[in-house]
Amino acid sequence: MARPSMPAPGMEAPGSVVVVGAGHAGTTLVGLLRQRGYQGSIVLLGAEEHIPYHRPPLSKRFLGEDYRQDLRPGDFYHASDIDLRCGAMVSSIDTDRHKVSVSDGSVLDYDALVIATGARPRKLTIPGTDLDGVLYLRSLSDAAELRAGLLRGGRLVVVGGGYVGLEVAAEARSRSIPVTVLEREKRVLARVASPQFSELLTRHHERRGTQVRTGADVAAFHGANGRVTGVELGDGSVLECDVALVGVGAIPNEELAVEAGITCDGGIVVDNSARTSAPNVYAIGDVTRRPTAGRHIRFESIPSAVEQAKQVVAALLGADPPAVEVPWFWSDQFDLKLKIAGVQSDTDTVVCRGNPESGKFALFHLTSANVVVSAETSNSPGLFMGSKKFINDQVAVDPVQLSDDSVDLQRVRSYPEEKADAPDHLRNT
Amino acid sequence: MPQITYVTPDDSEFTVDVPLGTTVMEGSVRNNLPGIIAECGGGCSCATCHVHISEEFNAYFDEPSDDEIELLQFSETFCSRSRLACQLIVTEKCDGMRLTIPPGNDG
Repeated sequence: MARPSMPAPGMEAPGSVVVVGAGHAGTTLVGLLRQRGYQGSIVLLGAEEHIPYHRPPLSKRFLGEDYRQDLRPGDFYHASDIDLRCGAMVSSIDTDRHKVSVSDGSVLDYDALVIATGARPRKLTIPGTDLDGVLYLRSLSDAAELRAGLLRGGRLVVVGGGYVGLEVAAEARSRSIPVTVLEREKRVLARVASPQFSELLTRHHERRGTQVRTGADVAAFHGANGRVTGVELGDGSVLECDVALVGVGAIPNEELAVEAGITCDGGIVVDNSARTSAPNVYAIGDVTRRPTAGRHIRFESIPSAVEQAKQVVAALLGADPPAVEVPWFWSDQFDLKLKIAGVQSDTDTVVCRGNPESGKFALFHLTSANVVVSAETSNSPGLFMGSKKFINDQVAVDPVQLSDDSVDLQRVRSYPEEKADAPDHLRNT
Repeated sequence: MPQITYVTPDDSEFTVDVPLGTTVMEGSVRNNLPGIIAECGGGCSCATCHVHISEEFNAYFDEPSDDEIELLQFSETFCSRSRLACQLIVTEKCDGMRLTIPPGNDG
């Protein structure tokens, strides 16, 4: 499948690339390298025993039959001359001598190194977290354990009303499992969604029988015979449960980089080419803190990981850097397909388009100059795609027209005069 | 096994075997062909598997859902032959199909 390599003039591609981490970011990167004709050696080191897989289904459909979805077929790696090593834990990186030490004793030389070690669930430090049935969700084996626990029957308590927690709650509730979501903040998704979006989603969950308790501190897990039986709240009350899923955020796996002297700040700090502070060392995916809108942000999303993989491929092969993309992510909860574009921040105006009661709507977040900076959409792929364009082009919109379903979305924005109308193919017919 | 020809954005052509019951998107991903990204793995969520398919072959697939059309409509390369490859399930009739991947799937 390899095509002729086309190195840019005056630029030579590195002879060997070592990728630490075989999640979505690392695996996308090695595929793209071969796609673009890279002919040097590629080693892909994965800490898990499984070949690389899609992580989103683990929280979205772990009770279904198809939650295990490999990123590539098993024979892909060998056929593409990619040296995939599963169960390979990296113990150290030497950026001066360009070496990676693996815990099995092997030492790999690299010309270019890519750190794609991802993130791990933040652990609670309260009594009882070591009881059977107190679970975290990140890996395929975590999902298998959660699935087995819930298929046995019983009640689920989700600690943490973030996206992972709400997806797990929705999947369990869809199978009529009794579910309570406990959130420490005043609302679910407090750090990642607008108050309006939080409220609409909370109502959607509650209508389907999920108990959502906000302002709820978790003090301890109770157990019997080594197995969880309940969750004790800050007020001393105890909620009985058979499985407790903890989803209280993720911590970047940056330790290898920190020990190697690479600049980190709650995530490996990278630029828009995914370069770290060390020469010939790149970092991509959930482990990174990347520049966006004048800040450095950690995006835990597939689109961000894929974008950074493209940045590294361009840098390694001497191609033009890819266009900057509008950050986005998706979440599936019950019948709602949620897509969120842009970076959530304090804005002046929220414009709702569509009908939240029907589940088909979008919340657009506008600056004081009516420029769209982010959008939270539900069952509205067209509004989502439109919002991405608005955000990317930083255009001002008319809030009244934007809120009016009967006004074509393309006519809500102000086009420059020379392009006084929407592109032909988007005209209303 | 049906053979499908993918014409990638740089006009390269790849003819590959695609197993029955899998999708046109998977046929590309399995063979690491350029042009189709498929970030969401086939969930009709990301719109990074946009392809153009001739009317003749389009008739062999299920009609596009509203979601699929909405996702596609904002693409610069949207046209009457546009589909999302993750929604196209391969049958015997797809043998010999030739499709074009427009630019834009990779942002």
